[in-house]
Amino acid sequence: MEFFRIRKDIPFMRHALVFNVISLLTFLLAVFFLVNKGLHFSIEFTGGTLLEVNYAQAPDLDKLRKQMEADGFTDTQVQNFGSSRDVLIRVPLSKDAETSKVGDRVMASLMKVGAGGTAGSPAAVAPTLKRVEFVGPQVGKELASDGAMALLLVVCGIVLYLAMRFEWRFAVSAIIANLHDVVIILGFFALFQWEFSLPVLAAVLAVLGYSVNESVVVFDRVRETFKKKRGLTTPQVLDHAITSTISRTIITHGCTQMMVTSMLIFGGPALHYFALALTIGILFGIYSSVLVASPLVMWMGVSREQFIQVKVEKQEAVV
Amino acid sequence: MNRYPLWKNLTVLIAVVLGLLYTLPNFFGEAPAVQVASVKSTHKVDARLMAQVQDALTAASIVPQGILLDLNSVRVRLADTDTQLKARDVIEKALNPVAADATYSVALNLVSNSPNWLTGIHALPMYLGLDLRGGVHFLLQVDMKGALTKRLDSISADLRSLLRDKTIRHGGIGREGQSVTIRFREAETRDKTRAILADNQPDLLLADAQEGADFKLVATLKPEAQKRIQEFAVKQNITTLHNRINELGVAEPVIQQQGMDRIVVQLPGVQDTAKAKDILGRTATLEVRMVDDEASANPGIMEQAARGQPPPGTDYYVERGGRGLLLKKQVVLTGERLTDAQPGFDNQTHEPAVHLSLDSAGARIFKDVTRESVGKRMAIVLIEKGKGEVVTAPVIRSEIGGGRVQISGRMSTMEANDVALLLRAGSLAAPMEIIEERTIGPSLGADNIAKGFNSTLWGFSAISAFMAAYYLLFGAVSVVALSANLLFLVALLSLLQATLTLPGIAAIALTLGMAIDANVLINERVREELRSGSTPQAAITAGYERAWATILDSNVTTLIAGIALLIFGSGPIRGFAVVHCLGIMTSIFSSVVVSRAMVNFIYGRRRKLEALSIGQVWKPGLSTK
Repeated sequence: MEFFRIRKDIPFMRHALVFNVISLLTFLLAVFFLVNKGLHFSIEFTGGTLLEVNYAQAPDLDKLRKQMEADGFTDTQVQNFGSSRDVLIRVPLSKDAETSKVGDRVMASLMKVGAGGTAGSPAAVAPTLKRVEFVGPQVGKELASDGAMALLLVVCGIVLYLAMRFEWRFAVSAIIANLHDVVIILGFFALFQWEFSLPVLAAVLAVLGYSVNESVVVFDRVRETFKKKRGLTTPQVLDHAITSTISRTIITHGCTQMMVTSMLIFGGPALHYFALALTIGILFGIYSSVLVASPLVMWMGVSREQFIQVKVEKQEAVV
Repeated sequence: MNRYPLWKNLTVLIAVVLGLLYTLPNFFGEAPAVQVASVKSTHKVDARLMAQVQDALTAASIVPQGILLDLNSVRVRLADTDTQLKARDVIEKALNPVAADATYSVALNLVSNSPNWLTGIHALPMYLGLDLRGGVHFLLQVDMKGALTKRLDSISADLRSLLRDKTIRHGGIGREGQSVTIRFREAETRDKTRAILADNQPDLLLADAQEGADFKLVATLKPEAQKRIQEFAVKQNITTLHNRINELGVAEPVIQQQGMDRIVVQLPGVQDTAKAKDILGRTATLEVRMVDDEASANPGIMEQAARGQPPPGTDYYVERGGRGLLLKKQVVLTGERLTDAQPGFDNQTHEPAVHLSLDSAGARIFKDVTRESVGKRMAIVLIEKGKGEVVTAPVIRSEIGGGRVQISGRMSTMEANDVALLLRAGSLAAPMEIIEERTIGPSLGADNIAKGFNSTLWGFSAISAFMAAYYLLFGAVSVVALSANLLFLVALLSLLQATLTLPGIAAIALTLGMAIDANVLINERVREELRSGSTPQAAITAGYERAWATILDSNVTTLIAGIALLIFGSGPIRGFAVVHCLGIMTSIFSSVVVSRAMVNFIYGRRRKLEALSIGQVWKPGLSTK
């Protein structure tokens, strides 16, 4: 089998401007959604209490909501999680001193609903507790700053490494291309109001490291082509590098995506958003690391001379 | 030409054998077991306890499948859960004859079913996190300000007695916020005091101040002293938590410091958060009371008291030696007033002793009580599980001021250590607050394992099928290399006993999905070399060599992201990052070295090699098919 039968180098760079405009537009859109809608942070960041309970029969969520309100919980979210018998309840932080007891109080409140079933609507039997999470206000703030620090460290580390191994132009364009991926992932999370939790943050950072790979593979080829083949213009070199690595790019990403898709299907709700973030990251990673990073390198004026150490040939004196 | 030297082949072979060996315990599953641990710090877990457990089981004609002794518990492995329950009851009855006054905690647990020789080489199954096995997780914040305030209180008591000893007249000593202020009438007294304090209290930073006609000396704690006090506070709180959690009878509790001022408590298998919280948050388990000496000396009254009828106004307690004592109901002091207890020696007699420090309020009370009761006995009662035990009941020799108390006489060094530990265990050095709590039901845990396992399995199968179809033999080699990667990763996780969580399993899956990249790079490169007309052997060499630089670069960038996560991540992110970083390391080895060793083994010896089984290599020059 051989999927990629490419006779000539594909002239990617001829359309460089188009690609950059497309990325700029998606980027601006993502920023727009981020600013307008904001991220839907999980309680790990905002603080609060989260309960996951399981019922033998599907309960009436409205009844649960009313009972919770009657028991003095305002602004809570009650929703199904995974199946109609699993219910997720989110209680925001309150000013009460006994915040760490909220979980017990919610359970007591749910139990009341369980007891009061009528003939018309089947009684929602007493729920079994699957999971409780309580996060105090201090923790959330730290997570946000730690997340930002981690992002900063990744960016600096990658730029430094690439600048050392290649050239600063490569480093800067790779990181711009991949940060634009990160913003787009976040934009998706803002647009659809998907829950942004700690595993999603981990996925975003992992994707950042992973798609920089992509740029590295292309840049590696660029360097090699500059060294080996003379007489090619910079766009031609870039086209050649991208074309000769494109089969690897697509096969690798296809394989990674197979794994992620498997997580999306079999991983259940706990891994859902994690896998979703990876999927978006991988898809945009292919695009941006190849078609955004390379034109950027070109605009910044990469050239053959930066890779060839100019050897001063000894003039042999002939007498 | 494509041959590995012997040492390289041996390295690969040894790595695979070790990988298999350390992965093996994960396949044996777990057997029901009963775990016995000591609840009281005075009772050690040793070979004698093991013999005791053995005897109890033999008497009840239960045949255990093995008895293990480790640092702080004895574990009995049993055939099935029925025997497990029976054995628990038998052991419980034998070790704790009085149920209300339990010395040992007897808990149900699971132990690895792997054979002893595997356990002997430290090959254990992976350590599952709470989200995979169910349990409770708490994150506690230690109030550092509280620890400093407590310390300053006891320092002001010290200063008071110090100045009295040196007969210096002062206008009052008091704590104001995070400093202690001493007032004076004259400046000379202040100067004299400053000199004394500089000698006696090296932890204090002294500053002068003036308020109206009063001269003031403001003492604050030096930064290094503050740091030491805070470190000590966290350590002591951890010790206290250990003692309290032992009461719960949890099989493998985790109590660890996290960061400067936080403590993580994880209780696998515990579902009752309310009880766990109650026990963690309890305060003041120490009481000081006066002994009713007259009644205690009367055998008739004592006999009656032992049967549950103590004289009015008194309570019957048992001393650690087993003798009964009658204590007055009035509590003189509680553990809240105790700031420290350290084992040591008496200055004059050089007998082993325990030195107690009380805070300022405690010191004042103690002084009053001791002045009035010279010659009488005072008992220190430690309340464990709602039941009191007299730790020690010394005779008051003289009035004791200054908040420094010494208990000595008829003690061995060992006993002094134990008493100090018991006394410290009763008090928290600083208040704590629960800032994060997570409870995971056991069914959810099993669910998470199944989901994580299925995702990895199906993803792996899909990748394997594709690689084998697309690259034929080279694809099969890649799949074997990828399996080796999984093997090494699981073996490393088992060996390091790193906690495996659901994000950790996700990281295993993701790392495998990314690791295949290296093999794709190599295979594509080999094809390319063949396309440009290299001989098969040369193509293998060139393919591996050229791909290596790229593989290294791309893995380093991924590793940078992994390390950033490891440094700044907490909780679920940490579990992800550990596996991710380890996976990147193992993938470099397996995808490059292991796969090369196999390719060399298959093709390396053939001199006249016509073609490689790497799938169709399409050449642009030839006609397309």
